Amino acid sequence: MATVELRFSASPEHVRTARLVAAAVARRAGVDESVLDELRLAVGEACTRAVGLHALHGLKSPVRVKLTEGEKSFSIEVGDDAPGSVPQQREGDADAEAVAEETDELGLAVISGLVDDFDVASDADGGRIRMSWPATAV
Amino acid sequence: MDLSLSTRTVGDRTVVEVGGEIDVYTAPKLREQLVELVNEGNHHLVVDMESVDFLDSTGLGVLVGGLKRVRAQEGSLRLVCNQERILKIFRITGLTKVFPIHESVDEAVAASD
Repeated sequence: MATVELRFSASPEHVRTARLVAAAVARRAGVDESVLDELRLAVGEACTRAVGLHALHGLKSPVRVKLTEGEKSFSIEVGDDAPGSVPQQREGDADAEAVAEETDELGLAVISGLVDDFDVASDADGGRIRMSWPATAV
Repeated sequence: MDLSLSTRTVGDRTVVEVGGEIDVYTAPKLREQLVELVNEGNHHLVVDMESVDFLDSTGLGVLVGGLKRVRAQEGSLRLVCNQERILKIFRITGLTKVFPIHESVDEAVAASD
């Protein structure tokens, strides 16, 4: 079971709240202070992407954020209800400027640059981004 | 923490001082400001990010959009940033190659294309 679970209506103004909650729970779980900025950014990117997908598909359902404290790690899962939202992998070095035009891909680029342990999955019911960081019990 | 924006003219450059958080909620305000400035004929912009506390990919997208607009007018868009956590986001997305990034507004204003 998640330590803290958050559901918020899929609109941009709540993404900041999700960032703050995730960082607060991560700090309590013993995630190192030095990576909290990156964690905050990564969870924000994942939530922004979910909000965008819900808007794109006209979905009224909330975005789900699960924050789970493990023995040696802290994991975050951001779930959306958008069908089949697995991103296309680009061949080779994509032009950074072209990628920036599509903020969905840029958001994933930020996550992959910040988080060593993450994966993106999707099926007919929705997608999820899972990320984790090392944590030492306080 | 919201987004704060103020603009001033230094020579032929327009300096946009941005403060606070640039994210999916606030980025549209920055986009509007940049679009307005370009539409008013300000084609050489310096975006001062020294007071920015948070920047995400939506903000990066807006800055790239601004760069494209000024380039279409043969203008320029330079950034001022010394904060490592903000610079890191430009680095991991490869955008340090796209934007000239300066250490001070004076340096950005003095830079020529």
